[in-house]
Amino acid sequence: MELTLFDRRITIDFREILQRFGLLLVFFLLCAVLAVLSDRFLTISNLVNVLRQSAINGIIAIGMTYVILTGGIDLSVGSVLALSTVITASLLQSDVPVPLAFVAGLAVGGVLGLVNGVIITKLHIPPFITTLGMLVIARGLALTYTQGRSITGLPQVFRFIGTGFIGPIPMPIILLAATFLIAVLILNRTRIGQYIYAIGNNPVAARFAGIPVDRYVTLVYALSGVLAALAGMILIGRLGSAQPTAGEAYEFDAIAAVVADPLSDRRAEHLSGARAARVSAGLHRLAGTVRAGAGAPRPVRP
Amino acid sequence: MRFLSIAEQQMAEVAKALSLNADLIAMDEPTSSLTERETEVLFDLMRSLRDEGVSIIFISHRLSEIFEVCDRITVLRDGKLIGTAPTAELTEDEVVSMMVGREIDEMFPRTATEQGRVVLEVSDLSDGDELQSVSFKLHSGEILGVAGLVGAGRTALAETLFGIRHPVAGEVRIEGERVTINSPQKAIELGMGFVPEDRKQQGLFLNMAVRENIVISDLDEVASWGFLKFREVERLAQDYVNRLDVRTPSLRQRVRNLSGGNQQKVVIARWLTLKPRVLILDEPTRGIDVGTKAEIYHLLNQLARQGVAVLVISSELPEVLGISDRILVMHEGRITATLNRDEATQDAIMRAATGGKINHVVE
Repeated sequence: MELTLFDRRITIDFREILQRFGLLLVFFLLCAVLAVLSDRFLTISNLVNVLRQSAINGIIAIGMTYVILTGGIDLSVGSVLALSTVITASLLQSDVPVPLAFVAGLAVGGVLGLVNGVIITKLHIPPFITTLGMLVIARGLALTYTQGRSITGLPQVFRFIGTGFIGPIPMPIILLAATFLIAVLILNRTRIGQYIYAIGNNPVAARFAGIPVDRYVTLVYALSGVLAALAGMILIGRLGSAQPTAGEAYEFDAIAAVVADPLSDRRAEHLSGARAARVSAGLHRLAGTVRAGAGAPRPVRP
Repeated sequence: MRFLSIAEQQMAEVAKALSLNADLIAMDEPTSSLTERETEVLFDLMRSLRDEGVSIIFISHRLSEIFEVCDRITVLRDGKLIGTAPTAELTEDEVVSMMVGREIDEMFPRTATEQGRVVLEVSDLSDGDELQSVSFKLHSGEILGVAGLVGAGRTALAETLFGIRHPVAGEVRIEGERVTINSPQKAIELGMGFVPEDRKQQGLFLNMAVRENIVISDLDEVASWGFLKFREVERLAQDYVNRLDVRTPSLRQRVRNLSGGNQQKVVIARWLTLKPRVLILDEPTRGIDVGTKAEIYHLLNQLARQGVAVLVISSELPEVLGISDRILVMHEGRITATLNRDEATQDAIMRAATGGKINHVVE
C-alpha cells in the first residue's frame, strides 16, 4: 500500500485481503463461537463491557503507534502508567482538586516520556535500551513512593473517568474514541503527521530536508507517556485504587496491537494501530469476560 | 545466497541463465553494482558466451562499457527506437546525441550570464577534520563548480555550509551578513537548498509518494495552523512535476518506483519549491541517464539566469567544465585552484586536484 495524505487505494487481491484481514476474520469467528456458546455474549451490555476494557490498552497502543512510526519502541508505558497513577492517587488522597490531580498525572507521564525522548535524541542511546531503563526506573519510583502499598479511597468524582457514562456510552470508550480521532487527524491531516511519517521512512533524509527530527522524536515519546498516563487514569478510576504494580507487561499488549494491525501495511506505515488495538485487545479479553458473564472464575491478570 | 556479495549474486544470476541453456540473455544494468575488476570478469564471460553462439542484450547507461563489449548498439529514448548501428560505425558523441536528441554541444548549454552581487562568502572555514581554511565567493547568477578527488573535502564543504556538520573556525556571510548555520532548518531559513550526494539514503523518502517528497520541506506554504490544505499540496506538487518534467504515472506513485533520473528531479523539485537563493548540488547527475543529465544542466542554467547562486560538486570533469562559470578545485581539504571558464582544462583541474603531484608522474 502506498502512503498518501488522505486516501488509500484498495486493490482486490484475495491473498492480500486474507493476509491483512485474517486477524479480523479470526476475531469475528471467535465472536460467532462465543455467541453460540453463551447467550449472554451478544448482549449490548457485554459488548460495551468488552470495549470498555480494551480502552486502556487501546489508548496506550495509539501512543505506541506514533512511536513505532518513527522507527522506535516504548517499553516503559506500563511503568509510566503505574508511576503517574500512584502520584495522582496520592494527590487525591491529600485533597488536591480532582482536575489538578488528573492533569498532574498526565504531566508525570509527559515528563517521563520527554526524558525518554531527550535521552534517545541527544545521547543517541537506542530507544529499546532507553525505554527499558525507564521501565525499571519508573517502576522502582512507583514502588518506593508507595512503599509497595496500594492507594485506595479515590473520590467518586474522579472515578467517573473509569466508571461513568455520558448518555449510554461509558466514559473510557468516549476517551478512547476521542484520542483515536485526534491521533488520526494529526497523523493524516497535519504537518506534524507528515513529519512523523517522513522521519520513520528515512531519518537521514528527514534531517537533510530540514525537518527538526530530534524535536519531533522527543515529542512522540512525550505523547506516548501522556497517553500511558491517561490510560492509567481510566484504570484507577475503574478500580478505585492505584497499585504501584499496575500496568505490568502492558507494553506487550500495545506493541502487539500495533504490529498485528490487520488494516495497515505490514510495516506499520499507517495509523490504524488503534483500530487493531481494539480488535486484538478485545480478542484478548473476550474469553475472560464471557467466563465471568457465565459465572465461571476469571483468570487473574497482573 | 545472502552471504554472497552483490557482485557474486550477479554472477549467480548469470550462472542461472546459463544453466537454462539460454540462447538469449538479457542483462539490465548488470554492472551497476560491480567493481571494475568484476566488470572485466563479466565482460570476459560475455565474450566467450558470444563466441559460443549465445546472444546477449546488454542494457547500460555507461557508454564506455557499451563500446567495450557490444557489437551493435540500439538507442531508445522515451520508449521510442531511435536507431541501431554496428559499434564500429558509431562514436560516443553520436550515441550521446542520439540519446539526448540534440547535438553534443547543446548538452552543456552554459551561456555567460550577468554575474550579480556576492550572495555567499566563505572565509577560512575549517571543520577541524576534512576542511582546512576554505575561502570563496559565490555570486548570484553564477554556477560555481567544485572539482576534486574523492575525499578532498567537497562533500564536507557542502554539508558544513548546510548546517549538517559544524565548523570549528571561519565565517560564512550571506548577502554580506554574518550567519551561523547550525542546522539544515537554519540553512533553509537563509534561502539555501542542498541536493545531497546519495539520493536514496539522504534525499528521498522512498516509500512515500512523489507528492509528499516534493512538498515536505515547504509544508508551511500549503498548511494553515498546521493543517494541510490538500488542494494546495496537489497544486504545488503538480506544478513542479510539470516544470521539471518528472515522469511519474501519478503524484501518488511511490518515489521508489521512479527511475534514478526522475528521483533526482524530485529531490531538486523539493528545493525549488522553496525558491532558494543558493542551491548546492552534490554529484547531481550520478547514476542518471544522459537525457536527464542534459535536462538537469538546462535546469541549472535556467536557475542561474534567474539569479540563483549555484554550487555544483562533481567528479565528472567534462560536466564540471561544461556547466561552470568558475571552478574551485579541492585537495586534502583545501582549495588549491580557482579557475575561470576560459582557463579551465582537464589538465589544470587534475593537477590542482592531486596537489600538483601529477607533474612527477608525467616526468
